[in-house]
Amino acid sequence: MNSALIEEYYAKIKSEADAKIETLREKPVVWIGTASCGKAAGAEKVKEAFEQAIKNNNLDVRVIEVGCMGYCYAEPLAVISKPGFPSICYGYVDEGLANRLVEDFLMGEDPCYEYALVALEANDYFPTFSDFPRGVYEEKIILEHCGFIDPGDIDHYIAREGYAALAKALRMRPEEIISEMKDSMLRGRGGAGFPTGIKWETCRMAEGEPKYVICNGDEGDPGAFMDRNILESNPHQVIEGMIICAYAVGASRGYLYIRAEYPQAIMQVKKAIQQARGKGLLGSRVMGSEFGFDLEVFEGSGAFVCGEETALISSMEGKMGIPRQRPPHPAVSGFHDKPTVLNNVKTFCYVPPVIRKGADWFKSTGTPESPGTAVFSLVGKVSCTGLVEVPMGTTLRNVIFDVGEGTPGEKGFKAVQIGGPSGGCLPESALDLPIDFDSLQEAGAIMGSGGLVVMDEDDCMVAVARFFLEFTQHESCGKCTFCRLGTRQMLDLLTDITKGEGKPEHLETLRELAEDIKAGSLCNLGKTAPNPVLTTLRYFRDEYEAHINERVCPARMCPELIVFYIAPEKCSKLCNVCVGSCPTEAVYTREDGLKAINQEKCVKCNNCLKACPPEYNAVIKLSPPELLKEKEGNQ
Amino acid sequence: MKLLESEKEIISNELQDIVDEFQSKPENLIPILQKVQAKLGYLPLPAMEKIAQALNIPAVDVFGPATFYNQFRLNPPGEHQIKVCMGTACYMAGGNIAMESFERRLNIKEGETSPDRKYSLERVACVGCCAMAPVVVVDDKVERSVTPTRVDGIILSFETNGGKKEMETGQGKEGRKELEQSDREEPQKEGEHNS
Repeated sequence: MNSALIEEYYAKIKSEADAKIETLREKPVVWIGTASCGKAAGAEKVKEAFEQAIKNNNLDVRVIEVGCMGYCYAEPLAVISKPGFPSICYGYVDEGLANRLVEDFLMGEDPCYEYALVALEANDYFPTFSDFPRGVYEEKIILEHCGFIDPGDIDHYIAREGYAALAKALRMRPEEIISEMKDSMLRGRGGAGFPTGIKWETCRMAEGEPKYVICNGDEGDPGAFMDRNILESNPHQVIEGMIICAYAVGASRGYLYIRAEYPQAIMQVKKAIQQARGKGLLGSRVMGSEFGFDLEVFEGSGAFVCGEETALISSMEGKMGIPRQRPPHPAVSGFHDKPTVLNNVKTFCYVPPVIRKGADWFKSTGTPESPGTAVFSLVGKVSCTGLVEVPMGTTLRNVIFDVGEGTPGEKGFKAVQIGGPSGGCLPESALDLPIDFDSLQEAGAIMGSGGLVVMDEDDCMVAVARFFLEFTQHESCGKCTFCRLGTRQMLDLLTDITKGEGKPEHLETLRELAEDIKAGSLCNLGKTAPNPVLTTLRYFRDEYEAHINERVCPARMCPELIVFYIAPEKCSKLCNVCVGSCPTEAVYTREDGLKAINQEKCVKCNNCLKACPPEYNAVIKLSPPELLKEKEGNQ
Repeated sequence: MKLLESEKEIISNELQDIVDEFQSKPENLIPILQKVQAKLGYLPLPAMEKIAQALNIPAVDVFGPATFYNQFRLNPPGEHQIKVCMGTACYMAGGNIAMESFERRLNIKEGETSPDRKYSLERVACVGCCAMAPVVVVDDKVERSVTPTRVDGIILSFETNGGKKEMETGQGKEGRKELEQSDREEPQKEGEHNS
């Protein structure tokens, strides 16, 4: 490759992008997070409000849509950068606040610090990310630009050193890139943690033309949304990683397999591919070099098992997504039986920074065995939900209590579910585990794709295990008998237990079935499907026993084992909220003015409990249901 | 559920073009099914048979993928599509309660369409908005923190203004809206015949 030409090519697109970004710095800009999550929280109305107010006041202010910076709990988010002030990020923005910010900050000089969440640059007035615990624990490599750049404009990415890694890679020999990747010890972020460099090397060495590069964006884990966020917020980072990979392994064609449930991600990626072609970064001569590569999007049709690489390939070939025996690995014989590199969205995202800054820089973060960072979607009963990127080796406690600021309300922490349906529920005692591929496996969970669902005392562990099993049972492709029938049997047993019809010997049957399914399944869906049951049995056996022996759901969650009851001594005659809140007219006013529940009509929807004002807190859940007679008898 | 005249017309006139567009290659089956579903809203049996014919493969090779993937639906979408998220976070926050509330109010079960084709109810596995659980997607608009009270509110808004307000503020794709609007007249007609 002609190094000088590539260098010149990159310098040209970089200076164009820089010039464009420079014009943004001269005037105020409102940046609004409009990824799917932002939109769900009402970001589009906020954007309209800003635009309207700016237009009404004849201001020269641009409104730009950006992705999501991961502070989901405070959506909708807006950042205002105005020359002379630090850029300020505002949370919980609504139309009223938008108008106020236009009047006071854009037209006046008051940045309204009372509504600010954080400042983006160090300054004398307002704290920045690094002044909060979250900012201290977080270290952003692949989420660095998410939420700060316009995903629909390639120049935003290029101005932040985007495609610099590609320019560098094209001046290296493919073998050098692979050895750099091997040296970095980057492990695949899809969940299994296979070393990326070795996968690439296998594909490069394999016989067969053409070779393919496929990005696995079939994020099916309920509770995980980081791939969606990256594709929506910074699609070019994934594309750049794929181009570098293609050059290293000698592939000429690539596909991004994205779930059809993510329409906005598909739209952003298609747009990004167009723009990359326009800049000559994709096509027959990438950056003017001899190397040619092009990409297209394949819309996945929604099957959890397609996250497994051989199933994904099978579904791209127009068949049912059923995994096949490995070896041969896809790197040797994959899409159309040709050598194929298949990596997760996040894995490709790490490639540009690793190439740009080198393997040693990458290894300086994380643990020796699992270098780099881990991305988690922190959701459930935690105060600060969102996307979190921390170095490998950070403990779960740090992530949940320092970054996520612990559980909201008075209820205490009970468990954290990590790794989705293939992972496990870990209790308080496991919170000091450092997060990396190997130590999680020891505790019975897996890294998975990084879903972290925090649960508190109101969550029933048996119901959680049942939920995950219902999911895997439904998503089992049916190829292996143990997975197809075994999960069904386990689900039936768990359903019985949550209904209070379980027997003590069921626990042993569950454990046996779990072992058999693990041993008798071909792919990781089956091999890991029993994990949620095994971990809950290991750490929360007492809850299972309470369900079976006493017909008690300790968390008061399983509908068959609870009744709702209004305590007359707490209820007020002056309040009628619960009566109105009941969707089935089960709550009624007694002759003495207090309220009561007609158990036959009650559907246990929780509405009256939520509606009852906190000063009364009269609605309580009883388990086992027999307690009701006792209570009513006492009156 | 009976086929509408407009659906029969699409099946007999337009399916062949879609298959041709993908060079009649069986490996393009999934994009073909996606496109047909975008046109019809679902995959009726005659349409799948016709696709199999056009691709020159056994019908079972079309039924297989069509029933395997969650994206494909075998019964028609309602005028208003209600998708209850059953991801982990939503389930923990009461997604099943929202689902039960819809089932109770609409008198249909999960996966079904009301006989007048006005509502369809389905579960989806995680729409990626876990921080706002429990989430329900109503006609492509994401509703956050859905309680039984909000369920009544959603249905009431459709019953009182025919969902017009939702259509105006909805964030759905333009094409989808047109499709829904052009489809809308048909089911109502059929409803009238039935009554």
